[in-house]
Amino acid sequence: MSTTVKDTALFGLVAVLLIGTGLIQGWNSALLILNMGLISAIMALGVNLQWGFAGLFNIGVMGFVALGGLAAVLVSTEPVPEAWQAGGLRIFAGLALGAATVVAAVMAQKRLKGRTKTIVTLVILVGGFFLYRAVFDPGKEAVEAINPAVSGNLGGLNLPILLSWPVGGLLAAGAAWVIGKTALGLRSDYLAIATLGIAEIIIAVMKNEDWLARGVKNVIGLDRPVPFEIDLQQDPVFVERAASVGLDPVLASTLYTKMAYAVLFTIVLLILLWLAQKALKSPWGRMMRAIRDNETAAEAMGKDVTARHLQIFILGSAVCGIAGAMMTTLDGQLTPGTYQPLRFTFLVWVMVIVGGSGNNFGAVLGGMLIWWLWVQVEPLGLGLMNILSSGLEDGSAMKDWMIESAAHMRLLTMGLVLLLVLRFSPRGLIPER
Amino acid sequence: MDFLNAIVAFANFVFVPGLAYGAQLAIGALGVTLIYGILRFSNFAHGDTMAFGTAITILVTTALTGMGITFGPLPTALLALPVGIGATILLLLGIDRGVYKFYRDQKASPVILVIVSMGVMFVMNGVVRFIIGVRDINFADGERFIITAREFRDMTGLQEGLAIKTTQAITVVVAFIVMALLFWFLNKTRTGKSMRAFSDNEDLALLSGINPDWVVKVTWMIVAALATTAGVLYGLDKSFKAFTYFQLLLPIFAAAIVGGLGNPLGAIAGGFVIAFSEVTITYAWKKVLGYLMPESLAPNGLVQLLSTDYKFAVSFAILIIVLLFKPTGLFKGQSV
Repeated sequence: MSTTVKDTALFGLVAVLLIGTGLIQGWNSALLILNMGLISAIMALGVNLQWGFAGLFNIGVMGFVALGGLAAVLVSTEPVPEAWQAGGLRIFAGLALGAATVVAAVMAQKRLKGRTKTIVTLVILVGGFFLYRAVFDPGKEAVEAINPAVSGNLGGLNLPILLSWPVGGLLAAGAAWVIGKTALGLRSDYLAIATLGIAEIIIAVMKNEDWLARGVKNVIGLDRPVPFEIDLQQDPVFVERAASVGLDPVLASTLYTKMAYAVLFTIVLLILLWLAQKALKSPWGRMMRAIRDNETAAEAMGKDVTARHLQIFILGSAVCGIAGAMMTTLDGQLTPGTYQPLRFTFLVWVMVIVGGSGNNFGAVLGGMLIWWLWVQVEPLGLGLMNILSSGLEDGSAMKDWMIESAAHMRLLTMGLVLLLVLRFSPRGLIPER
Repeated sequence: MDFLNAIVAFANFVFVPGLAYGAQLAIGALGVTLIYGILRFSNFAHGDTMAFGTAITILVTTALTGMGITFGPLPTALLALPVGIGATILLLLGIDRGVYKFYRDQKASPVILVIVSMGVMFVMNGVVRFIIGVRDINFADGERFIITAREFRDMTGLQEGLAIKTTQAITVVVAFIVMALLFWFLNKTRTGKSMRAFSDNEDLALLSGINPDWVVKVTWMIVAALATTAGVLYGLDKSFKAFTYFQLLLPIFAAAIVGGLGNPLGAIAGGFVIAFSEVTITYAWKKVLGYLMPESLAPNGLVQLLSTDYKFAVSFAILIIVLLFKPTGLFKGQSV
């Protein structure tokens, strides 16, 4: 069997799974899985850029995804003029001071020597911190006091939410630049821990800084790039067209909006996939893989390894940011409390490894396939437990425990899938070529 | 008097909790650092190993109290601890046999082992949830306090009280015993010496006839004991929740790296450094400063450098600072 046939067959399998879901559980669920699968595929593409191309061990995916979500809020919501008047200026002055402190400290580190260096840096950092708090805190309090039940934040720019997708990428890229500058010199294990920590910090900031995006009070009811179902149901033209294909208008409207999302996501995925393929096959992509396989040799050939690592770290993170903005758009809400590393970092890693690291199509396949599995493990597990426990009498402790534990099947299955793939097919379903 | 009050307030809110937390982190970090030294990879499943050992201990504790067996004023969990350790040893040896050994024989690169440990992490996380669910479980029993704040105030006549929880005292005592045992083992026994030799130079150790399989097995056993102990102590002090244990991974790794990966002494120092920085930076100093400063200068605000939700940021910042200035950690660790 040639490789093309095998790859096509694997993607065919995903299609069959989705169509099967549609036939058995309804087309709404199938489209829901498809949409999140497309987003997962984009996240996997981003991680594949970093890990597959360059061998960078980034387990802070969650942070970049969350930054993308933040972008969706900052771009699309309406500004709160009272809040801007009350403390907007102070907040930005405070942030500018904070940034200036860090820059000054870095400069001092570079310019000075010996004991003066240490003392000056410490003075700058400590002084800067208190100055920053003195300027920033009153502004923050003033903003958060304004109508906290519905806003309490500065609001956004009131631009179309589609714009937030590239903005999310930029935001994530900016964060990646800062992180890369400090952490990329470290060896792989340390980089892993560093990125894990930074992701947690990004989530902590989003949970606590209410002036930014309301923190754990969440932002709901975001704009949508596609029409609302309710509007479609009241549109006589749409109702008539739905009736002509024999569909109930409510079902037709839900399917229609999900299809619209699917089309948008597919366009983004195809663009990114095309770019990633171009990059992989360019001299730049070959250089990246050469650096990955032998850093010392690449350095001896005159390649700037650190700069190239920084470059691809930023690119991969930006892709994750785009996916994060798309996900928040699809959800229509930003809930910082729901970002968990197992779901948003490690699951994406499972997708990349299972799909095949170093191969863009592998990453896309892994994203779609593993997402389908992640969603379906619970009903499948429940069905399995029901069959297994059918011999036991109703209400017995053992039966209850078995039914209840079906809810925990997900993590176990993902771990087993990852371990099995690593053991028996370590290069993934569609290996690097 | 004010000075004494300030000291007592400091001890009550910063020193004692920091000491207990630091001891818990140190034992956790010892496990990470041993695996790194001998098996040469960062084990991401360590937090979930702790959770597994604690989950088994909780089950046994429930069974014991159900039979009416308690440990007097001490928590029953201490009686159940050996069973938890035993179960964890079996689990880790089984996982090593079924999962890690294959890659070790292949001489796979460390980063592959890290990814493998991610898979193990998922599986263990699922297993723990199967066993005990996702609820918050409080399993500390026996006396709650050695000395309560009120007793201390009555005893000394100071305004501030110093409360010492039984679990805090137990944590420190047990941690001390565990560390003493570990260092005695590593420095005095034949197996311990061969472990250190293996960690320093694998080829040389093999040449001098050290059996690598045995060294690896003993390492996993010690790691199981350390992880379970750390997990049970943490759970007694706070409470048990599978997800919290997973999140402990970050401060534990920070402690191990700050101290120097692969260096047991460093892991202990790192644990306390991380714990005390977390507590001091997220503590509201208003009370302590209020006693120390003249009334006119007493602070208005809480004097809290960062809100408690940023504690991860603290461990992380320390980690970065140490790595930038001393890449092998405070004590000389290995660098691969």
